[in-house]
Amino acid sequence: MILVHVDHDRGAVDAVSLQALTLARCLDSDVQAVIMGGAEFAPELGEYGASIVHVAEHPGLTDYAPQATARAIVGLINSLAPTAVLGAGTARGNEVLAHVAAMTDLPFAADCTEITLGSPVRVTRARWGGNLLEESTVITTTLFATVFAHAIPAVQSPAAGAVSAFTPELSPADLAVVIIERAGAASAGVTLAEAKVVVSGGRGMGGPESFSLLEDLAGLLGGTVGCSRVVTSAGWRPHAEQVGQTGTKIAPDLYIACGISGATQHLAGCKNSKTLIAINTDPDAPIMQIADYAIVGDVHAVLPQVIALTRAATGA
Amino acid sequence: MEILVCIKRVPLVGSTFILTDDASEIDTRRLGFTLSPHEECAVEAAVQLRDAHGGSVTLLSLGTAETEEQLREQLAIGADRAILAITDGSEPDPQATAAALLEAIRADGAQFDLVLLGSESADVAGYQTGIRLAHALGLPVVTGVKGLTVDAGVARCERAVGSEREVYSVALPAVITVKDGLNIPRYPSVPGRIKARKKEVSTHEVTLAAPRIVKGRLVVPAAAAKGTKVLDANEQGAAALVDVFREIGLLA
Ligand SMILES: Cc1cc2nc3c(=O)[nH]c(=O)nc-3n(C[C@H](O)[C@H](O)[C@H](O)COP(=O)(O)OP(=O)(O)OC[C@H]3O[C@@H](n4cnc5c(N)ncnc54)[C@H](O)[C@@H]3O)c2cc1C
Repeated sequence: MILVHVDHDRGAVDAVSLQALTLARCLDSDVQAVIMGGAEFAPELGEYGASIVHVAEHPGLTDYAPQATARAIVGLINSLAPTAVLGAGTARGNEVLAHVAAMTDLPFAADCTEITLGSPVRVTRARWGGNLLEESTVITTTLFATVFAHAIPAVQSPAAGAVSAFTPELSPADLAVVIIERAGAASAGVTLAEAKVVVSGGRGMGGPESFSLLEDLAGLLGGTVGCSRVVTSAGWRPHAEQVGQTGTKIAPDLYIACGISGATQHLAGCKNSKTLIAINTDPDAPIMQIADYAIVGDVHAVLPQVIALTRAATGA
Repeated sequence: MEILVCIKRVPLVGSTFILTDDASEIDTRRLGFTLSPHEECAVEAAVQLRDAHGGSVTLLSLGTAETEEQLREQLAIGADRAILAITDGSEPDPQATAAALLEAIRADGAQFDLVLLGSESADVAGYQTGIRLAHALGLPVVTGVKGLTVDAGVARCERAVGSEREVYSVALPAVITVKDGLNIPRYPSVPGRIKARKKEVSTHEVTLAAPRIVKGRLVVPAAAAKGTKVLDANEQGAAALVDVFREIGLLA
């Protein structure tokens, strides 16, 4: 049996947790889910292959609590003895399984793209934000692993989805770290992660003033502005706009990279864009090699022309 | 406040990954080395907290003797001293890493109010060293923090989730792992570099436990060959881009 930790947040099941359920179903016919509260999600988890949904019920578990979640899962591992415990390759999914692994002193393979059970257990996992893959064997009694976000699509595979409630034994220390409040959205506009169009600038923009060109073009295309780390570390733009390994990973319909060289750490964040346009003075810049469309030129000359013609085309 | 910051030397990979012949490592012969932005932010936060609350900032890194380069660089931005836990250069798995860090902390003997790490390392990205270290030290841990203030011995930690922020509060001593965007790390100044040369870097030999995640081969995922269309940098080129916008359905 494979146990899958499913995360949920205020009324919605985490999409990557469903991807983890799908991977689990590829490995074992018996897949069970564990969720902190949220019995109402059992039918949905059944659709994605959970035969039993173990629902942890505890007065301390009203909102996300990483160590308490891990403690509840360790309790289940002791009673159910699964061959593997999987979770989502997200901030929360990785955090919970890292706690589980620390509590049980077993290995934990984060962000796996492939898993083969048996002896030995084999995994392929993402390094460097997915730009490099590692094939490893894991020496363990129970495999702890998370599934790299969006590496495999969630596929329905109906199972019973029967609820089995349990009350975990939690210590005050397990509940020491909990969400105490939420600070609201910084801006009302489209977020970088969700935007269909991202117009992004790098060092080649020359300074923060030039980003008004990117704002204009993004405005005309119904998109938002992104940037490289050189730009955030110079203080030209806020980090919320940074695309890449240590910024936001995005997969928009259109990504326009202006004055961005295309370092691997930047590409880790934008290589899944459906269409990629690059504007760069250097024809040999790495971004120009992977772009669908490339214009070799100065952003300060090219962008005003593109903006004028786009404005004319939209009639704005 | 006594603050420890754990940092990791990693190769500064440019536009492509070049592997060794047996594909077990990145070929670093032509590469420079750096830190993850997460860890640069951790050191910057530590220096700012020390300047506001007093105390000192100690750096700790696990690696070969060359790791002194990264430690000196961060001493130059204002950390006070450093501990280099010297290994034989083999790659520890996350369990072995946390165990070796713990050993170095114990051997050093100092007590820390705050232990900072990056949310995940730039290269291996196991998402667990900070959490394992916290459990070993018997401390609470908050991860992936992008906003951090300390007041009366309590750290307020903000974690970005989409366009929202989750706020966690934790009493010190604690372990906190941080992310790029926490602050804008400063560059070392020339006087900073001169001072850094005289700062203490104590070394401690550690023996790494055998990895339980045993690395086989590294693979560079194949990029889809796209066939780039090069457009002219003039009106025609701009018009061709507008056609692309139209094809994608952005111009109704
Ligand atoms: C662990 C790690 C994580 C990282 N994470 C990220 C991340 O999340 N996101 C990120 O972006 N970076 C990240 N980086 C940094 C990354 O390695 C690069 O340094 C960075 O992406 C480069 O930014 P850039 O392309 O703007 O600048 P550069 O590499 O300096 O490129 C500037 C480009 O602009 C072009 N140019 C110059 N002038 C003009 C002009 N007038 N018109 C048109 N083009 C012009 C140049 O030809 C060049 O190609 C990370 C680094 C490390 C080590």
